[in-house]
Amino acid sequence: MNNLMRWQPAGVSNWPWFGRLNDLRDEIDRLFDLPLAEMARTPSILSGWTPALDVYENKDNLVVRAELPGMKREDIEVTIHDDSLSISGERKMEQKAKDTEVYRAERFFGRFLRTVTLPSPVAVEKVKAQYVDGILTITLPKTEEAKPKQITVETA
Amino acid sequence: MSATMQRETRKEVEPNRQQEFVTPEVNIFETPEGYVLEAEMPGVNKSGLEITLEGNEITITGRRTTEHLPGEVIMSESHHAGFRRVFELDPMIDTAKVTARMEQGVLTLTLPKSERVKPRRISVD
Repeated sequence: MNNLMRWQPAGVSNWPWFGRLNDLRDEIDRLFDLPLAEMARTPSILSGWTPALDVYENKDNLVVRAELPGMKREDIEVTIHDDSLSISGERKMEQKAKDTEVYRAERFFGRFLRTVTLPSPVAVEKVKAQYVDGILTITLPKTEEAKPKQITVETA
Repeated sequence: MSATMQRETRKEVEPNRQQEFVTPEVNIFETPEGYVLEAEMPGVNKSGLEITLEGNEITITGRRTTEHLPGEVIMSESHHAGFRRVFELDPMIDTAKVTARMEQGVLTLTLPKSERVKPRRISVD
């Protein structure tokens, strides 16, 4: 039931030391509660930032979509090596004026790297990437050999 | 400081599956001029965004505009739910001057304090 709600870090209590211990205990409890797949991509002290990825396949293309809100286009790097596609980059924290007080800091800043194995060969020179509304969409056209083909059945 | 943007309530997830919401991650800063709130809502653009002020509460709602891709799903980690979160506002905020900006899936709300509460220097004659 809890799965749909993103985990919220507990606020710092009035007793910072006890609060921290409780946070740590909560974190450990949470790790044991989560299914393995979810644990691997939960932003936490253990894994850093792991943006969510979707991969789709249709007749002509593979489409990979990554959630990367608040990035600069030039800070996103996409590379293909053999059958693996890597998306990496860094989200930089903007410099804040010195009299700024932080109330909540739930967003992750720093580097990330995700790699997926492509299920079929793609035409590397035709790959396109688009970054819109904080979502990176990479369209990878399959090579001619990898596309499904219909064979006409002839009669004698 | 008790009544600030720190306090927030989360609306219950509505039973209707079409209207599921998750809580977006936020950063909140206070400056002498006011508050700045940044909320992560990937896949939401200006048209899917709704910000309502009611009494001393501000509600931000974002609905995704990304369409389902046709084809076979190989891997699916993202969710299709919208985003919603409610914050209680510091009474010092001048609600008439709240501004919002949406950029690459991040909403930035600027909530200035009203003129009378801003720190100012009184010169001594």
